[in-house]
Amino acid sequence: MNIQAETTPERGGHPEAVSAAVPADRLQAVAAGRDVPAEVHPEVREVTPVLEIDRFNLWYGGKQALHGITMPIPHNKVTALIGPSGCGKSTLLRSVNRLNDLVQSVRITGDMRLNGDSIYDPRMDVIELRKRMGMVFQKPNPFPMSIYENVVYALRIDGENNRAVLDEVCELSLRGAALWDEVKDRLHESAIGLSGGQQQRLCIARAIAAEPEVLLLDEPCSALDPIATGKVEELIQELRGRYSVLIVTHNMQQASRTSDYTAFMYLGRLIEYGSTSGIFTKPILRETEAYVTGRFG
Amino acid sequence: MSSDTKHRPRRMRSSFSSLTAHGEPWVWLTGGALAVAIMMITGLLAFIAFRGASTFWPVPLELVELADGGRALGEVSERERAEAATAKTAGRGSRRLVRTANFEVSGHHYQWFDDTAIARASRPEWATVVERLEGGRFHGFPLRLLHGDEVIAVGPEETWKAFEREHPVVRRRWREAMRIDRNERGLLQRQLRAARLAVVQARLDDGPAVAGTGAVSAGQKAATAAEQEVIARVGRQSAELDARTGQLRHENEGWGLEVETADGIKKVIPLEGIVRACQPNRLSLAGKFGVYGSRWGEFLGDDPREANSAGGVFPAIWGTVAMTLIMALLVAPFGVLAALYLREYASPGAVTTAVRIAINNLAGVPSIVYGAFGLGFFCYALGGGIDELFFRASLVADNQPTFGTGGLLWASLTLALLTLPVVIVATEEALSAVPNSMREGSYACGAGKWQTIRRIVLPRALPGIMTGLILAMARGAGEVAPLMLVGVKKLALDLPIDGRFPFVHPEREFMHLAYLIYDVGFQSPNSQAAKPMVFTITFLLVTIIALLNVAAIWIRSRLKRRYVAQQF
Repeated sequence: MNIQAETTPERGGHPEAVSAAVPADRLQAVAAGRDVPAEVHPEVREVTPVLEIDRFNLWYGGKQALHGITMPIPHNKVTALIGPSGCGKSTLLRSVNRLNDLVQSVRITGDMRLNGDSIYDPRMDVIELRKRMGMVFQKPNPFPMSIYENVVYALRIDGENNRAVLDEVCELSLRGAALWDEVKDRLHESAIGLSGGQQQRLCIARAIAAEPEVLLLDEPCSALDPIATGKVEELIQELRGRYSVLIVTHNMQQASRTSDYTAFMYLGRLIEYGSTSGIFTKPILRETEAYVTGRFG
Repeated sequence: MSSDTKHRPRRMRSSFSSLTAHGEPWVWLTGGALAVAIMMITGLLAFIAFRGASTFWPVPLELVELADGGRALGEVSERERAEAATAKTAGRGSRRLVRTANFEVSGHHYQWFDDTAIARASRPEWATVVERLEGGRFHGFPLRLLHGDEVIAVGPEETWKAFEREHPVVRRRWREAMRIDRNERGLLQRQLRAARLAVVQARLDDGPAVAGTGAVSAGQKAATAAEQEVIARVGRQSAELDARTGQLRHENEGWGLEVETADGIKKVIPLEGIVRACQPNRLSLAGKFGVYGSRWGEFLGDDPREANSAGGVFPAIWGTVAMTLIMALLVAPFGVLAALYLREYASPGAVTTAVRIAINNLAGVPSIVYGAFGLGFFCYALGGGIDELFFRASLVADNQPTFGTGGLLWASLTLALLTLPVVIVATEEALSAVPNSMREGSYACGAGKWQTIRRIVLPRALPGIMTGLILAMARGAGEVAPLMLVGVKKLALDLPIDGRFPFVHPEREFMHLAYLIYDVGFQSPNSQAAKPMVFTITFLLVTIIALLNVAAIWIRSRLKRRYVAQQF
């Protein structure tokens, strides 16, 4: 896992990376370890949130990777997390479905609420929690089984064995992931034989099969070629309005094309959060403008 | 850098540095090592295959007439150059080793003859090899076929024709009598023993209190009555069997083939004691293949005879395969579960590392130690306990252990223990090769740890686990030392898995090919004659292990195609 690498401040988010031409006072303050309030655009305050992140801190051992993140994730919208490598966006994403629990040295404070239910409540059953979310990873990770079984995996482990139900979910999910026409004749062949782009769309189908309340995408296109990337982006736009999507991306164009809201993070802190058009066209901070226009990062 | 070196072009330090850079000598060295290894392995296999396959080929019989008037008939099995032993011709000559057989006449199985001492060597047409049930081979010329006082045929050709007509009939009767003796009489004996043990068991059930008073309980009375009934019935059936076998034996009696040896001694060989006879010198190629096939058939399908140096090895094939498969069935779940805990559940630390090192060291413990452990723990402790609990009657009445001695189950368990480290290590490697992204994907879908292991990790790791199992099977099938202590016997004709209820007899002792190699090759009274058998048994064992491995590899490649393929 690359968690340790992401938390190393020398990578990407180094203070020297900010050139003198870029107004870097706020970023320098962050690098120096001072608390900086996040700039949240007014339109974000009015959304109906599916997920509320509330003063969330996270440490890997002695190293703090997330600092007091507070942000609502709007319902049935696509929210993009951007920022240089090591800024903690993947960590934040993995905290939503508590995958970070698997890392032994992780410690957190603060909370997140999924539709009002506290995620970090000690009484919360992690397994039940994860069933309410879907996640897609950087590298396509189809399971070593047939395409069909991949899609209905979440239902199978939930004990669903009714063929009719599974068939219906399989078709709906594959159609939802724009993969149905390509694989409908070989549903029972191994998923390993699909191309990279198809595999990633299969992973999306698998993630939406259980009707998740929120869909987490962790740089879903970074291992794909441009054509496959195009298809997945198209798919994300189709998902908009039906699913609440939280997507981590390195690609500024991808964020601007696919998302409704964008959050800019830096060294474990939320710097600016607003509607995508707001962030990309009239950001409050010059630092954000510098980043989204590619002048640093 | 000083100014004068600046202008000098960069030079190689020496011509040798180019050689080390390209590494040519290393290519030769590594390639050479591989070539030597391949040559040794293929050489060994080819040697075993050739010697093993040629054992049963009918070799021509040579009639050797010596200058001093002696005569001998046999197969030339070896030639070598040696100092001439005869005084007449000094200097180097060659000599030949002839398998003269006829042990009861000459006192030899094999004899060396100096070429210089031989006046004439020929291959007479009617020289005959007679393979007998007992006493080894007999070489000679057929004279007459006899039935009691009656002479059926005279002269080699007539005799041979008559022999070919009568021999199969006689043999069929003999086999029928053998079958009755072994199966039907064996069944009666087992019924007798069961009834007798039931009485003993009834007495044991009553306990010492009843036994002390001399009173006879109802259970004991019933068992005794049942025993009397069985004795009466077995007596009747046994008499019937006696009549049948007596009839068969009577019909076979008197049939004999009179054979004259090379030096003129006549001998009558009972027809029912002849397994096979042929005249290799007059056999056509097809005839030779017929004899060859028939000998292979006997080897693969029959019981051994003559202290295992002749006949078949069927019980040993059966024992080897049964033991190897049971071992694989036992070691696979054990090893996989242990490795699962070690890799998936145990938190990494000093203890886990220590356990891992201990397991690796276990693979280096001499196999005889496992044998001793198996004998002490499985046979005596576990088996003895089972006997005390369930088979006490046999122990009291016959002083005969059932499970408390070596047997198929204990041998399989011992070998499972022996091969456990191989399976654990291979499984651990396979588990750690499963990408973490798959585990995370599964957790993200809401699967628990065990669901992830069962549905994602295990299928993906299965080919690697199979590799470990293949290695374990190859190791287990070829192991001898521990087996000698926990159940392998020189001769055990009752198969551990047969068609008789309850079909699997895990307590039975069994035969094993690898042990047979040791026994035939080094414990046989007639080691020269047994030598070709050793090659054949080795060839067979290697072939069986190869077949088991090919089957496992085939399964593995199917699994691999299903579960593991390269990512785009």
